[in-house]
Amino acid sequence: MNTDLTRETKRSAGIAPTISMIGTRAMLFEAPGEFTMAQQRRIWALMEAAQARPDVQELIPGVTNLMLVFSQPPEQPQAVADWLRHAWETLPERHIEGRLFEIGVRYGGALGEDLAAVAAHAGLSAQDVISIHHGSEYTVCAIGSAPGFGYLHGLDPRIATPRKAVPSLRMLAGTVTIGGAQAGISALTGPNGWNSIGYTEICQFDPHRTPPALFAIGDRIRFYPESIEL
Amino acid sequence: MITILETSALNTVQDLGRPGYRNLGVGSSGVMDPVALQVGNILLANQPGDACIELQTYPFVLRFETATSFTVTGIDADITLDGRPVLPWSVETAAAGQVVRVGPPRKGARGYVCVAGGIDVPVVLGSRSTQLRGGFGGMDGRPLEAGDTLTIAADSTLVSGYGACPPSAIMDDLGDSSDGRVINLRAIPATDYALFTPESHERLWTAEWRITPQSNRVGYRLSGEALRLHHPIELRSYGIVPGIVQVPPAGEPIVQLADANTAGGYPRIATVIEADLWRLGQARIGARIRFHECSHQQGVAAMDPIRSYLDNLRMMVTHYRKSAQRRNGAKSGDKA
Repeated sequence: MNTDLTRETKRSAGIAPTISMIGTRAMLFEAPGEFTMAQQRRIWALMEAAQARPDVQELIPGVTNLMLVFSQPPEQPQAVADWLRHAWETLPERHIEGRLFEIGVRYGGALGEDLAAVAAHAGLSAQDVISIHHGSEYTVCAIGSAPGFGYLHGLDPRIATPRKAVPSLRMLAGTVTIGGAQAGISALTGPNGWNSIGYTEICQFDPHRTPPALFAIGDRIRFYPESIEL
Repeated sequence: MITILETSALNTVQDLGRPGYRNLGVGSSGVMDPVALQVGNILLANQPGDACIELQTYPFVLRFETATSFTVTGIDADITLDGRPVLPWSVETAAAGQVVRVGPPRKGARGYVCVAGGIDVPVVLGSRSTQLRGGFGGMDGRPLEAGDTLTIAADSTLVSGYGACPPSAIMDDLGDSSDGRVINLRAIPATDYALFTPESHERLWTAEWRITPQSNRVGYRLSGEALRLHHPIELRSYGIVPGIVQVPPAGEPIVQLADANTAGGYPRIATVIEADLWRLGQARIGARIRFHECSHQQGVAAMDPIRSYLDNLRMMVTHYRKSAQRRNGAKSGDKA
């Protein structure tokens, strides 16, 4: 009881993780506090440790969280939760030496039609937005939502832009985007609420390729301008 | 081989799904009613993971180009073989050239056309299921169209004339409503349950939620009086599994299902237990749902009746097929 109270206090103070069951066969571990790469690296460490558990069928790392899907419902979810909590508190950060991708972008134009809106929101020129965008190095934090889509951390806060109120109905796969504080490259052609600032011809997912996803967690991405159309 | 003669946009090749690739953003797909597919595969002595055609729109008409044993499970509907009525949930043998027509269901929503040997499309990332968003799996990653031909994995055994009791007749809907108008689903409170107001908790478990027309294999959007959080919260993207009940800002819940995205960001109030997902797969637009709170242990135990129903069926089918094959064998022996 006492430990539960301590735990609850820590959680509300934002220093203890939240662990919850999603149905009978999935458990979600959420790191406390704000997003930082350090917390994300602790999630990766937890993921690596959980991989060794024989009861785990799937691991889905999210943004500062990790979902475990079990092959059978755990008899004692509390025991798994305790294991996760202990691993979280004791494991060092997992630094993944990802590959570096250099990706050429056709900035602006019809395929980057929200560039002006991003510039207006930032109070900068379109040219500045482009320079700031390819001036940073990005890290693939997690893959999800669509096949092969990488959540990219590293966007300069000056060009962070909220999602669009009205999504584009048919944004092409390969569109270089900004969604809030995150950057991305859309993986599928379809409706999309992120802001498009350019386009690149890469294929992020091919089910017949090994591995099927182009990016892996921890990979780093640098963009460079292939062309600019203002 | 099968030729599709008549279909509309939402019918696809599915199996039990494609687990193991959510970490790459690939959802599980697979049939919405896994019990119905398992019944079909047991009846035909297929492998549990063999693929079928999942029907969501009707009529659906196909022609068998080779003699094949088949069954249609999941629904109660008018089904004909060259114009002769045949029963759902039972095994028939079609001669080469015969046409099967599946009409709109009287009961249930999703029909499963299962064939002896299974539908043989290429296995992509461990499954034959159609991944519509990713555009792969099944029939070139797309819904079936008239004129499509599908290969059947080789199977020479033609045994028919037996069937299964539908699961809905064996496994009682736990609820009090025997008229079948309300579908009762057991659910376990999820991550953000405590962040909703007490009135919302009350409403979640007592209201009748209507399945809106914006419902499909991705998820069911429900309508009813809005569920409210104490305070709005911003969540970071987390993993999604079928059954999770999310509440977007407008307050009307969404139950994520087979074709759900692998990540989401809305508050999670509950999760429908795995043992009841097939009932949701058979729920039609306009139907009403009631959620019943259950514990982890109850959710786990809820799989037992399904397991024993399938085990019993497997045993009976094995006996029947053995004796049928013996009779057939004896007959050909007599002739010789």
